[in-house]
Amino acid sequence: MNLKIVNYGAGNIKSIQFAFQRLGYNAQLSNNADEIINAEKVIFPGVGEASSAMKMLKETGLDLLIPKLSQPVLGICLGMQLMCNYTEEGDTKGLGIFKTNVKRFSNGVKVPQMGWNTVENLKSDLFKNINEKDYMYLIHSYYAENCEEAIATSDYEIEYASALENGNFYGVQFHPEKSGTTGEQLLKNFLEL
Amino acid sequence: MLTKRIVPCLDIKDGRTVKGVNFVDLRDAGDPVVLAKQYADLGADELVFLDISATQEKRKTMHDMVLKVAEQVNIPFTVGGGISSVEDVDDLLHCGADKVSINSSAVKRPVLINELSEKFGSQCVVVAVDAKKIGGEWFVHLAGGTIPTEIKLFEWAKEIEERGAGEILFTSMNHDGTKAGFANEALAKLSELVNIPIIASGGAGTIQHFADTFKKGKADAALAASVFHFGEIAIIDLKKELKRQGISVRL
Repeated sequence: MNLKIVNYGAGNIKSIQFAFQRLGYNAQLSNNADEIINAEKVIFPGVGEASSAMKMLKETGLDLLIPKLSQPVLGICLGMQLMCNYTEEGDTKGLGIFKTNVKRFSNGVKVPQMGWNTVENLKSDLFKNINEKDYMYLIHSYYAENCEEAIATSDYEIEYASALENGNFYGVQFHPEKSGTTGEQLLKNFLEL
Repeated sequence: MLTKRIVPCLDIKDGRTVKGVNFVDLRDAGDPVVLAKQYADLGADELVFLDISATQEKRKTMHDMVLKVAEQVNIPFTVGGGISSVEDVDDLLHCGADKVSINSSAVKRPVLINELSEKFGSQCVVVAVDAKKIGGEWFVHLAGGTIPTEIKLFEWAKEIEERGAGEILFTSMNHDGTKAGFANEALAKLSELVNIPIIASGGAGTIQHFADTFKKGKADAALAASVFHFGEIAIIDLKKELKRQGISVRL
């Protein structure tokens, strides 16, 4: 399978590559528009700060390319947040793929949320063979507000969208590449979409 | 609901696990990758690798190890030991580490915390603090707890948070190695003082010690080495008992 990981300088993408390797797939890093357009599946990762990540996307023109892709695209963590309308982090306008906004957790809870939390209200084929209240690994200070496009929610002070879907676009707040066998199942599901 | 984390810690020297590992059914308990995979399968929530080697080749052997762990292990892991610059961290993250832990280098040059969190994000910056209670007051110690400083634990913890760290790994030198329980009073105070997660370390001996550090010490995660390495506590038994006591864990 022609599987590309969008490489725009954000975060630990080695782990995602290794996770696909454990499943028997070779995911290649790319920032080349033609390569990404021609891939069967695209992973859009991201770790770090939103406004600087968006700046890097713009420098490479990927901010215009990604919303036009027609194959299944999976945004992970900050990647998912950048696919939303807007994020409070660095007062950043997102790609507008998911019609929701990203906000910071209040100081009523420890920030960042760090560790394993349950995913609930699962809706999509992306969660095939994954059960309600299975655990995923999360590490984030900002969350996507719950909305109609939510295909999973998690609870941390409030119920928020921990996964989103709009057409061929998918986004997960958690790190499937670090979420044990449950995360591997999700990656497998994505490859089978 | 977010669960409390159980974190086995592996000491690494020259790319090998150091002493104190006694898993009967492992073909090579000195291989950190084999051990890490085993712990992931047994239900560990996260792993910490602490490099205690002092050789010149240290950096390269650590990179090789991190690459192999990232390749084969499907849970998050933190790497610590001798990390003192942005370049060090860049290299380790590129090899696949999820978080790095800094200790003495942060005390010597606190702005390192700012530099790392600005460049890589708070989520991957753990600041480890070794402290000892002397005459009713907690003081930060360096170099694995051997060198005392004048720095007060709670003031330092506040500064660590303000400079942008994502987590504090607190080891009580008074409790480390005693197997008499964690420093729950200091841990609870830390947890109230700062708003970032706290990992409790030092003193694990029994299952109840873990329960106590989550309830009384308000810790977000608990780290231990020998009780896991020697099979004194099985992670699955530990988690079952924590759950029975009403503590949220991943089972």
